[in-house]
Amino acid sequence: MNTQSPIVHPAWLRTMHWVNAIAVVVLVMSGWRIYNATAFLGFAIPKGATLGGWLGGALQWHFAAMWVLAANGILYLAFNLATGRMLRKFFPLSLQALLDDLLAALRGKLLHADPQHYNMVQRMAYLFVMLDTAVLLLSGLVLWKSVQFALLRELMGGYETARRVHFFAMATLTAFATIHLAMVALVPRTLLHMVRGR
Amino acid sequence: MIMKSLPRMAIDGDAVLKEAVCRIGQASHVSQPARRDFLRRSLTLGGLAMLTGCTLVDEASVDKALSRVSRMNDDVQGWLFDPTRLAPTYPESMITRPFPFNAYYGEDEVREVEESSYRLEVTGMVADKRKWALAELRAMPQIDQVTRHICVEGWSAIGKWGGVPFGSFLRRVGADLSAKYVGFKCADDYFTSIDMPTALHPQTVLALTYDGQPLPPKYGFPMKLRMPTKLGYKNPKHIQAIFVTNTYPGGYWEDQGYNWFGGS
Repeated sequence: MNTQSPIVHPAWLRTMHWVNAIAVVVLVMSGWRIYNATAFLGFAIPKGATLGGWLGGALQWHFAAMWVLAANGILYLAFNLATGRMLRKFFPLSLQALLDDLLAALRGKLLHADPQHYNMVQRMAYLFVMLDTAVLLLSGLVLWKSVQFALLRELMGGYETARRVHFFAMATLTAFATIHLAMVALVPRTLLHMVRGR
Repeated sequence: MIMKSLPRMAIDGDAVLKEAVCRIGQASHVSQPARRDFLRRSLTLGGLAMLTGCTLVDEASVDKALSRVSRMNDDVQGWLFDPTRLAPTYPESMITRPFPFNAYYGEDEVREVEESSYRLEVTGMVADKRKWALAELRAMPQIDQVTRHICVEGWSAIGKWGGVPFGSFLRRVGADLSAKYVGFKCADDYFTSIDMPTALHPQTVLALTYDGQPLPPKYGFPMKLRMPTKLGYKNPKHIQAIFVTNTYPGGYWEDQGYNWFGGS
């Protein structure tokens, strides 16, 4: 292989990506089991897709993995800001470029020619998923500690609304992950970049 | 009754792991088509490993590690708990009617406690260990409040409970307020325990009434400890004995894996 090609993702980013991936899978699958205890939207998630075996077990997984997601997410933001990677990789944003890139993607012509450079769809998608993860953490904090974080609870629209915010933020994250995996399947070398760095 | 085991699939964990390691080793020097093949297969391997949850690790040690994290979370929550922060209260018009029944048994198995022979036992680190009749508790100053009951199972309902502020009861019996735990034994064989700061929280009430009426059996006659800062399973009903202790007492659900602090 061409070992001279430049590093696409630094080691710290790759590590955080995979730690995040594991935490998200654990949180989503245990979260589905927790949801199933009441299934307030009227449908249950197939048990085989859930983690924890029963509500108590699922809660233990959820309340362990949340620390991993939160710590990793905070480190990710700190490293991104400190190294200037955030500004370099995700900005500037352009709505026109987003529309152009979306159309190109729909025509199957969106190129990942330069792996160093995120196209506008990628920029928006990754920024969105950062925001979505923050919403998940904050709404989760309300569900866990609604009395201690009263202001956050009211900003979420009250306790029961926070539950729904948490669920739909999860659904959005799951949708992102599905598209993300489909794109990786279409452009497999991006997986190598995320494993080996180049 | 409770399934504690993780879902398992019949695959040989060691063989899968070995194959994965071997393929990762090959990946750095294979040609393009083989590389794609590797990627496709490794995605499938990853998927399998995720589906099985934990076939690659020992289940008992995972349970142990998760329990340890749960106890650590108890400490974090104790540290986060600000005893002056109050749970929201609601107007009576927002009371959920009918208020849902919930216990570890069905509504047809609700225990009936006889008022005339009932005496509340108070033991452990307290100065005054005499037993209490209901009339004596009713004679103490009462408060009532409309608060949200939040169930660990993912629902909540608003109700109105009235009774003796638990802090004033503990002071009245001369409880050692520096003790760590207050434990409860109930007529329905339920048991649980709470931290002292929550026991002394101004909204923690030894509830004798529901919605202005004596607590009906299904809501825990003769008394329930009502804490709007805790999840439902931390609120014991049909309380028969209260004890103050420094020895961790656990609880019916807590011993099976629910978080002990269990509150907000």
